[in-house]
Amino acid sequence: MNVEKNTEKNRLNFWERIYLPEIARGLGLTFKQMLKPKMTRQYPEEKWEPTGSYRGRPVLVLEEDGERCVACSLCSRVCPALAIEVQAGETTKEKERYPVKFEINMLRCIYCGFCEEVCPEEAIIMSKDYELIFTNQEDAILGKDKLLIPIAQLQDRLEFLRQYR
Amino acid sequence: MSPLLTDVLILVAKIFLIVNGLLMAAAYLVYFERKISAWIQNRIGPNRVGPLGLFQSFADVFKLLMKEDIIPAMADKKFHFIAPIISIGVAMAVYAVIPFGDSFFIGDKEVFMTVAPGINIGLLFVLAMSSVGVYGITLAGWSSNNKYSLLGGLRSAAQMISYELSMGLSLIGVLMIAGSLNLTDIVHAQSGGKWNIFLQPIAFIIFLVASFAETNRTPFDLPEAEPELVGGYHTEYSGMKFGVFFLAEYANMVTASAMMVLLFLGGWEMPFLYEQLALPVGSPILAAVQFGVFAAKLVPILFFFIWVRWSIPRFRYDQLMNLGWKVMLPLALANILVTGVVMVLLKHFGFIN
Repeated sequence: MNVEKNTEKNRLNFWERIYLPEIARGLGLTFKQMLKPKMTRQYPEEKWEPTGSYRGRPVLVLEEDGERCVACSLCSRVCPALAIEVQAGETTKEKERYPVKFEINMLRCIYCGFCEEVCPEEAIIMSKDYELIFTNQEDAILGKDKLLIPIAQLQDRLEFLRQYR
Repeated sequence: MSPLLTDVLILVAKIFLIVNGLLMAAAYLVYFERKISAWIQNRIGPNRVGPLGLFQSFADVFKLLMKEDIIPAMADKKFHFIAPIISIGVAMAVYAVIPFGDSFFIGDKEVFMTVAPGINIGLLFVLAMSSVGVYGITLAGWSSNNKYSLLGGLRSAAQMISYELSMGLSLIGVLMIAGSLNLTDIVHAQSGGKWNIFLQPIAFIIFLVASFAETNRTPFDLPEAEPELVGGYHTEYSGMKFGVFFLAEYANMVTASAMMVLLFLGGWEMPFLYEQLALPVGSPILAAVQFGVFAAKLVPILFFFIWVRWSIPRFRYDQLMNLGWKVMLPLALANILVTGVVMVLLKHFGFIN
């Protein structure tokens, strides 16, 4: 190979080689950037509103006459991180089954959305909640009290699932 | 009060003002560094601590003071302790000779706007002190017993020695024009708009580039190159010892900018301004105005330092050495030669005496 072909001397012309004009150009570019509008979102005051496609914390849908979940445990089976634990019980209602215990360990959850995909009743879906704060491991295991969310608040996600699933 | 006591009191007051002023300047430089870098990256920057985030630097310093001070097990404890002291001490010692304005009178007592007035080797003192600064960094790198620190220290030694040469040589043209090493005299030689930046543009560019290298700023921040050296010479420093290195770096930046203002931008000289104001010579107000002019020239250069840091990527080490030895040194020597020839010619044809 001819090593003299691709040297700095051949690639660059004189003005490029003395750096200074190019540096001035670069400085001009950054100065223009300074005057542009800022991208920052002032987080705790100004929050981001996710769209329906966002996969946040998985929640259980709560309808007027109780939860949709029939405790089939498919979500528990499919969960790759083994985060979901379900215990079924019987009721006198039309659906006959309901979860006595439904727990998601949020330290294990990887937000893959498999539980949502596998659910035959559309009972567990991903919500828009991305602010998950725990101070100890026990708090991170969410029970039915925290998982059940009224259906009115989940319309965006349900609409998204109806359209794209 | 006896005259001696008065002198000592004035001296102590001046030292107090300069040390505190310098530390405050360094603290706010850090703040502006963060703000300007944020603006360049389309961000807002610190805005939580105090109005507009103005107290951010104090929060940072408080954090550094609260942090545990770790000394590596196999480190040379003496030198590990001394290195940051050398860095900050030298950075501050330079301010003994930097004048901020002409002297003024309180009653019949002449007060100089510098700690060590009338010192006739001012410029040499500044250059000497900036060379001693390399000891702080090299000792820090060596005493940490860490390969990254050692590499950083060695790089800094090699880099500072290389660029000191062209830095010193670039100033010879200025000295030939001013005919003095006293910084006040150099400033006075530039009165009436005869700023050295117009008479010595090449020297100014060489000095500018060399002072970037001397203060370890990007594009020449190889001694502390984070991606390569994990922080370089201050890898093993934590808490306020690291903070002291940080402050020293910014103090050096102020020094370099002040030198540029004094040597090339006419210091506190400003054509037409003082004629318009017509303040009596030796009044404190005139001195204050002179300090204001000095500061007004200082700020854009400091901004330039920060601006360049967030615009230009780091040089490779061989590029750094090539630039220092093969470009800037010959250019500085040529500048001396041309300045000398032109001055001899001008003298010969009677334009200057």
